[in-house]
Amino acid sequence: MSVRHRIPDEILAEYAAGDLAEAFGLVVASHVSLCTESRERLEEIEAVGGAILEDVEAEPMGAGSLEATLAKIADGPPPEAPLTFSSTDAGTYILPKPIRDYIGGDVESVKWRSVGMGVKQAILPTSPEATARLLYIPAGCEMPDHGHRGMEMTVVLQGAFLDGEDRFGRGDVEVADEDLAHMPVADVGEDCICLAAADAPLRFSGLLPRLFQPFLKI
Amino acid sequence: MPGSVAEQADWTGHVARIRDAADQAAFAELFLHFAPRVKAFLMRSGANETLAEECAQEVMATLWHKAHMFDPTRASVATWVFTIARNRKVDMLRKQRRPEPEDLPWGPEPEPEQAEVMARQQESERLAGALATLPEKQRALVEAAYFGDLSHSEIAATTGLPLGTIKSRLRLALDRLRHEMKGVTR
Ligand SMILES: [Zn+2]
Ligand SMILES: [Zn+2]
Repeated sequence: MSVRHRIPDEILAEYAAGDLAEAFGLVVASHVSLCTESRERLEEIEAVGGAILEDVEAEPMGAGSLEATLAKIADGPPPEAPLTFSSTDAGTYILPKPIRDYIGGDVESVKWRSVGMGVKQAILPTSPEATARLLYIPAGCEMPDHGHRGMEMTVVLQGAFLDGEDRFGRGDVEVADEDLAHMPVADVGEDCICLAAADAPLRFSGLLPRLFQPFLKI
Repeated sequence: MPGSVAEQADWTGHVARIRDAADQAAFAELFLHFAPRVKAFLMRSGANETLAEECAQEVMATLWHKAHMFDPTRASVATWVFTIARNRKVDMLRKQRRPEPEDLPWGPEPEPEQAEVMARQQESERLAGALATLPEKQRALVEAAYFGDLSHSEIAATTGLPLGTIKSRLRLALDRLRHEMKGVTR
């Protein structure tokens, strides 16, 4: 397996530090939910954050801050967000839990919009710096040939797609930037579902996809 | 003292005392150590002093309420506090939702495996050592990546270095830290 199938350490660090745009964070959280090795790497990278916290030049707290904190504690914990799904039967879902939390259910709850040629998409509500979209691509179907103006991260959730020499299966991530133009194709055998996040509109090479661009909102 | 194995073993004990006995004295010591660090983290992330003070208090209150969730076989107390502070920063400063990976079906065990707790502590010790010996440029970059409200492209803009250079330097530094933490010689 090529390293392109994993998320680079510096992106995990941005996620660990809380500086990654929400849409990309959703790709990272989905990938980590499906990949034990990346989960371990993320824990190591969070440990670096802990080591830096130990080492930082401290900022004195105000007078009476401990008492104020104990008073907050006495007021009781803040209400926990309700857990919508049990996390014990991960294997029975197609969408990993971070995405189900946005959808309110698994694939059958997604409100797909057809974008032509059998391809469907659903845009998830995230902060505006980057867009997250679920894509449904029929087996064997080509995505339009395109380049990138910023970063694009795609995690496969069902089926697989082929991009040049590479095959990306469930849990695999492709990271693309300005230097890469590509034409992903859904592998034959199963329809492909993936989550793609991008921080800039894509750049299409063909005339037809360019005409579609406003409609696709990509 | 900070970062020594003895002290970190103690921090783990402090969290256990909060969990088992609602021990305010243990909390006060943790507060004295961590609250000013959390405040510094939040201020470097762009919070003004009032907001950072308020949020540091909330982070420490969360530590109290979630003491039963802390698993010393998976993280040091410092790392756990860092993740709580980080989540507060995303929520409060970035005003975003933070997608979290699915929790594994394991939870903290009532009697954590002492060997595993010790292994985590030794890793933290090695990590602190590795961080101290990192070349100055790499060290500054790692710090800016974790502390500071800068995305990597913003770091590139402020340092004048190409984004690719920032990314590869950071990747090298993280790789080195992770290997030394695991005690793997390269
Ligand atoms: Zn691979
Ligand atoms: Zn692309």
